[in-house]
Amino acid sequence: MTKIPVYLDINGHHHELQLEPRVTLLDALRDRLGLTGTKKGCDHGQCGACTVHVDGERVLACLTLAAQAQGRTVTTIEGLAREGEMHPVQAAFLEQDAFQCGYCTPGQIMSAVACIREGHAGSDEEIREYMAGNLCRCGAYPHIVAAVRQAAQEVAS
Amino acid sequence: MRDFDYIRPATIPDAIAAAAEPGSAYLAGGTNLLDLMKGGIASPERIVDISRLPELNRIERLDDGGVRIGALVRNADLAYDPEFAKSYPAVAEALLSGASAQLRNAATVGGNLLQRTRCSYFYDTASACNRREPGAGCDALEGENRLHAVLGWSDACIATHPSDFCVPLVALDAVVEIEGKKGRRHVTLEEFHRLPGETPQRENALEPGDLIVAVRLPAEAASFSANARYLKVRERTSYAFAVVSAAAALVVDGGKIRAARLALGGVAAKPWRARSAEAVLLGADANEATFASAADAALADASPSGDNAFKIELARRIVVRALISALSGTPKRLPALPASPFSNIPGVRHDA
Repeated sequence: MTKIPVYLDINGHHHELQLEPRVTLLDALRDRLGLTGTKKGCDHGQCGACTVHVDGERVLACLTLAAQAQGRTVTTIEGLAREGEMHPVQAAFLEQDAFQCGYCTPGQIMSAVACIREGHAGSDEEIREYMAGNLCRCGAYPHIVAAVRQAAQEVAS
Repeated sequence: MRDFDYIRPATIPDAIAAAAEPGSAYLAGGTNLLDLMKGGIASPERIVDISRLPELNRIERLDDGGVRIGALVRNADLAYDPEFAKSYPAVAEALLSGASAQLRNAATVGGNLLQRTRCSYFYDTASACNRREPGAGCDALEGENRLHAVLGWSDACIATHPSDFCVPLVALDAVVEIEGKKGRRHVTLEEFHRLPGETPQRENALEPGDLIVAVRLPAEAASFSANARYLKVRERTSYAFAVVSAAAALVVDGGKIRAARLALGGVAAKPWRARSAEAVLLGADANEATFASAADAALADASPSGDNAFKIELARRIVVRALISALSGTPKRLPALPASPFSNIPGVRHDA
């Protein structure tokens, strides 16, 4: 099948790729660009492990074609830290021990950054609701909620 | 996923011309279509990516007092539009009770109307499904069917329509604006989705190439803004499709119901407008006894399509609870758990 040129802006870097149109943003990130921080969990939009930001908003990379992201700004977990310093949400996840196996964690963190930015981290109940799209099979939810709450307070102060 | 040709038309006429060719499919948010393509349930040869058509992502207030929502407006953008949410709170609540924040940032208005059933036999290409493959039979009839339809189903198909958004929309007389090869036409949302009958594969009023360009709400829809709710029972607290849901909207004056709208979700192959229940409500005293009569009317024609008789009684109770919550008034601020029946609703008995 014919490949098409796809120009992607990932974490501030421009990439020019030749891709089959069916390649998802998730597969382009992991298999073509070596950005394996974004995880493939279910690949069906049910688990949230592949959450990235497109134009600053959280979406699922497994249900986005790479071609759909052309001309938009994509941020992955690799692009969150600034000059070697962890993002406050990353630091809060470490401090609160908000993971066990860690596989869902990049998606959780990307989702949490957006959740706080959207103003949906006002209470534990609200955090749970607006983080519901990110599943954690280890069941680290209480610590994840604590990490999001802590990061939200730090961002507000 | 089978490979396909990918085109990104610059104009609506170009999009319609491309999509009218056999084997074509429109791509907007992609949250349902790409999943269907990965599973081989849909396998278009040509994807017409309409997501950048600029004129389709606007929310416009019309001179007649209505609103016109462009087909590419994303679920999150519509739900968080302050003026829209204030005028049509049950619609905003329904949107926010659906899917997850990530999916709501991608899913569009038009795509929501066109999403396919989540019947597991439809998704499993090894199972018989008349909707996916006409004439193949229906494995859901003798299968795991506790979440299937209780209204409007046929022996050919017992699947439900999964949308939350469509439920308050159909209650509020929404109209679908469609552009096709022969020009633009309007179809009421109530007539847009079809019941299965003998042809479950014919899910809606669209012809090849037809493009939903907008959904309109008439001026009257905003008159319910003070007393409108959406309630949704799920098998987990959040991020799940409705087992049963209901949108209720009232205009009450001096204890009497002056206008009433009611629709159910999760019970049929289309969002289910309960007009017989509205007739019971109109002019009656606004109290629980009236609401119970309305619920009986709404479910009068219901019958189980399998192990799902419980959904009929559940739907009755959700109708009553949705009407009580609408009567008690639209909350000033949306609850942390939108549409959850477990949120505290004044006047609702916990054992109801």
